[in-house]
Amino acid sequence: MSAPENRKYTKTHEWVQVDGDVVTVGVTDRAQEELGDITYLELPETGDALTAGEAFGVVESVKAASDIYSPVDGEVVDRNSDLVDAPEMINQSPFDKAWLIKVKIADPSQVDALLSPAEYDEFAGEATH
Amino acid sequence: MGDSATRPLKRTALFDRHYAAGARIIPFAGWEMPVQYEGILAEHRRVRTEAGLFDLGHMGEVDVQGPDALAFLQYTTTNDISSLAPGEANYGMLPNDTGGVVDDIIVYRMPEGHEGYMVVINAANIDRDLARWDELRQRRSDLDVTVRNVSDQFAMIAIQGPNAESIAQKVIDIDLSQVAYFTLVEGTIAGVPARIARTGYTGEDGFEFFPANADAATVWDALMDAGKDEGLAPIGLGARDTLRLEARMPLYGQELGDDISPYEAGVGWAVNLRKGDFVGREHMAAVKAEGAKRKVVGFKMVGKTAAPRTHYPVQVDGDVIGEVTSGAFSPTLGENIGLALIARDYAGVGKPLQIIIRGKPVDAVQVKTPFYKRAAK
Repeated sequence: MSAPENRKYTKTHEWVQVDGDVVTVGVTDRAQEELGDITYLELPETGDALTAGEAFGVVESVKAASDIYSPVDGEVVDRNSDLVDAPEMINQSPFDKAWLIKVKIADPSQVDALLSPAEYDEFAGEATH
Repeated sequence: MGDSATRPLKRTALFDRHYAAGARIIPFAGWEMPVQYEGILAEHRRVRTEAGLFDLGHMGEVDVQGPDALAFLQYTTTNDISSLAPGEANYGMLPNDTGGVVDDIIVYRMPEGHEGYMVVINAANIDRDLARWDELRQRRSDLDVTVRNVSDQFAMIAIQGPNAESIAQKVIDIDLSQVAYFTLVEGTIAGVPARIARTGYTGEDGFEFFPANADAATVWDALMDAGKDEGLAPIGLGARDTLRLEARMPLYGQELGDDISPYEAGVGWAVNLRKGDFVGREHMAAVKAEGAKRKVVGFKMVGKTAAPRTHYPVQVDGDVIGEVTSGAFSPTLGENIGLALIARDYAGVGKPLQIIIRGKPVDAVQVKTPFYKRAAK
């Protein structure tokens, strides 16, 4: 699956969708595929402060635990609580139903600096070698 | 171990089959092996409810022959090999000199009409097992025995699950219902000769086949075809690990090791102190007499938590009392389960533990093992 348009991406396989000064964050299809069957998810609480490049959550598959990194600085304004009870949704709908958190961003230019869909696809393709 | 990083990875005779099936391939014990095909959860459940096929070509096989083969195996392994009738097998340890374990092994006495024994050993331990047997052969130069690594000659393919016998019978010439658990026969699979054993590492019924490497693809393809209406699919190392963990079968390097006694690991039943002398016997006898200071215990996490993983510390009342040896989400139970090597005083079904997950203590409780036991037929 190639990366959907209208989003930005990180080299750690998160996606960001911008709506005004709030961004929605999730993990990419490539991330869920690499992880395999997802069994557990830890998300921050509403109100938590995030720092770009630092871990804000953990996703676990049968085989391994992986950190999820914040693409931006900001404050968590919403979390997908349903997903914590049904983390396998990340395998089924990584770009849609399995959004993780919404973040009020401090600095919109941080989003501009992230990867475009084409850049991410190229990066993710290269990362398989 | 030093050169393992630079040594090129080996491929089993079935590598092309895995690649074509879309398996995810990982390096494992010096081999390129399939870790998963359709997904670990689905593969795991398939083995519990239907059947799965495993390429175990990385495992080692060693033929032990000669007039003193029995005496040599009695001396160099922990279980009583003299009790084996032709075609029977038992599980045991290749001990070091200090009461620990170099490898865990299955010794098969070859069936009627064949000489000697086949020992199946772990892929990661092939070199050190052979070096150990070499050393012990020199120590016991009075014994007339040959120890031959035949790992490159034999493939190893397992079929496991409730439908295993019915599927395998379609392509095997002998009556599998007459092949008892932990026995070995010689037979023909899809026209090619193979050693056929009723053993496995999943907690399910099933067989392990040892055809010549050159015949591996013939056997694999025939079994896949025979099983297509009974749910058979290939299974990777990922599900192999969760299956063996639910069945509480130890994994060398986790529950077993050079500095862990079999009595600590909970496999004291595979040590026979009455059979006569064997290497490491006095150390094992001492541990048995005094009681093991540590114990491998089973536990479940309480509630919905992260999974316990190997080497996570285990604490009680703020004191670290051991560490997790194996842990995973159990696909059968839908809970997080694990094994931990802990100080004996804290061991006991129902007693609490805390597992340190990413720096935070998380509640767990000790439970009876195995975590999963298949229903009797």
